[in-house]
Amino acid sequence: MPILTRWFIKTSLVYFVAALVVGVAQAAHAPLSLASGLAAAGPVYVHLLVVGWITQMIFGVAYWMFPKDSAEAPRGNDRLAIAAYVCLNAGLLLRVIAEPTYALHPGAGFGRALGLSAVLQWLGGMGFVVNTWARVKER
Amino acid sequence: MPRVSRWLVQASLVYLALGFTLGAVLLFNKGIPLTPVLVRLLPAHIEFLLVGWVIQLVMGVATWIFPRFGVPRSPYGSEAAAWLAFALVNAGVWLVGVGPFVAGQVGDVLPLIGRLAEAAGAVVFAANIWARVRASGLSPM
Repeated sequence: MPILTRWFIKTSLVYFVAALVVGVAQAAHAPLSLASGLAAAGPVYVHLLVVGWITQMIFGVAYWMFPKDSAEAPRGNDRLAIAAYVCLNAGLLLRVIAEPTYALHPGAGFGRALGLSAVLQWLGGMGFVVNTWARVKER
Repeated sequence: MPRVSRWLVQASLVYLALGFTLGAVLLFNKGIPLTPVLVRLLPAHIEFLLVGWVIQLVMGVATWIFPRFGVPRSPYGSEAAAWLAFALVNAGVWLVGVGPFVAGQVGDVLPLIGRLAEAAGAVVFAANIWARVRASGLSPM
């Protein structure tokens, strides 16, 4: 298993646990009168699961298991794959912080952080698509 | 990787790109508001990523790697059935995604037809791959 795959998969496992912890905290928010930011964390919970856990697990396994691109570069452009990992995770982490905070403090500059998060996650997704496309082949 | 798997997986990558693009537009618009109309992209964002990307990728990879020995006619099952599942799922994704942009009753009916197409695609896919869920012959169990 290549090192980048291990990073993708281990990071996805961290997000999996984090998502379920956020889910528990959200469910406990009303009965235990916890911090009001949790009420705005619904999209964060969903995206920790769907982007952080499921999509990132797929990225890692596909990078490892898909047919080789070529003998010289079996997994495509490694730098692009690493950039996709960095952008996806930087964007998602920024969202985790900025989205609930923006809901509580709309004028505090967190809107621009959400915009940056959107761009970073998009770059991460496009980097994976570009690097993986040529590896979808017969053998 | 058989041809139908390549189509399923490459289509899933296209939906990943489209779904991430719509998601980025939605999130950007949430932080830096451009126009409220963009909220209508949400159903397409969800459908493209859940069905178009994740589910279709699973269908493509399963068709590729599940055990093939002893399956009659084709080692990958019925090729026609695999293509039918591909067509139904993709038609369904687009019908659900464009529904919110079509005015009137048609806009309400399109997502229903889309979901029916996706469900039919799931039935065809499951029936076609059912016989391949078995011991591979390479492992002891």
